[in-house]
Amino acid sequence: MGLLDQQLGQGGIIISKLEDLINWARLSSMWPMGFGTACCAIEFMSAQSTPYDLDRFGVIPRASPRQSDVMIVAGTVTFKMADRVRRLYEQMAEPRYVISMGSCSNCGGPYWEHGYHVVKGVDRIIPVDVYVPGCPPRPEALIGGLIKLQDKIRSESIVAPKAVEKLLAESEG
Amino acid sequence: MKAEEIKILLEESFPNKPFELVENATPQGIVAPTESLVEVMTFLHANEQLYFDMLSCITGLDNGVEAGTMEVIYNLYSIPNDLHLMIKVLLDREKPEVDSLVELWKTADWQEREVYDMYGIHFNNHPDLRRILMPADWEGFPLRKDYEEQTYYRGMKVKY
Repeated sequence: MGLLDQQLGQGGIIISKLEDLINWARLSSMWPMGFGTACCAIEFMSAQSTPYDLDRFGVIPRASPRQSDVMIVAGTVTFKMADRVRRLYEQMAEPRYVISMGSCSNCGGPYWEHGYHVVKGVDRIIPVDVYVPGCPPRPEALIGGLIKLQDKIRSESIVAPKAVEKLLAESEG
Repeated sequence: MKAEEIKILLEESFPNKPFELVENATPQGIVAPTESLVEVMTFLHANEQLYFDMLSCITGLDNGVEAGTMEVIYNLYSIPNDLHLMIKVLLDREKPEVDSLVELWKTADWQEREVYDMYGIHFNNHPDLRRILMPADWEGFPLRKDYEEQTYYRGMKVKY
């Protein structure tokens, strides 16, 4: 941790844009909601285990949507579950992000044609930031998705927050 | 004890009732008359030689619009005698109903609910016949041969 304990710890001064600082803080503590809808959750769990260690990205699962920043939709979303997923998303505080993990939540996966019970893509009920392909994706792929999300957060601007922008667009449209 | 011998036992206990052997199945089975299913099952459950104390599985089957029949298939197992048996009943597809076996085997509760959920087969005297897998406000019964899923469920498109 060169930045924190050496440069700042020894009384050094760092000049940064506020925007960069906030984005750095956000992308370094993406707390996901600890829930899974199907077998992808097994890979999600193993990504949190010691060999992959999601903690090093500041990814610590939370048991409540109120404390979560990221929702990782890990697995098949059935119509019965869809209302719950949407409600959990609505309970999360802004800024909030969604990672769709695996073929099922991306587009219905193997259930796309004959699965009468499966929502054909979680993006039909909530907005998705990053799609992770795979059936199921390996932990490496999920970590890849998280890094993609970090890139996305890094380029965000506090001058034009996502939520306000969206509300304005909705009220105009 | 083989299915044939069980069939003979049944015919002795229920004279004038038709029983039909299903040999081409594993385990071998017997087609029982639908209206006296509960009596037949009570006999199989209580008889000392058989003692079918476990209802392993209930399956529904839709033979399609042309055949006009549905089936409910019960797989029984006897723990003390190590016996397997399949019991089948044929139902009218227009009005599929059969008596519930919850009084005999508690496990029939959820299994019959699943058959109801997927095929719309009504189980008379069932204590709590609701859908078990699909949402309560789902339309239609998904495993019927002529099933067409609804276009929208609570505003969500069902098809791809």
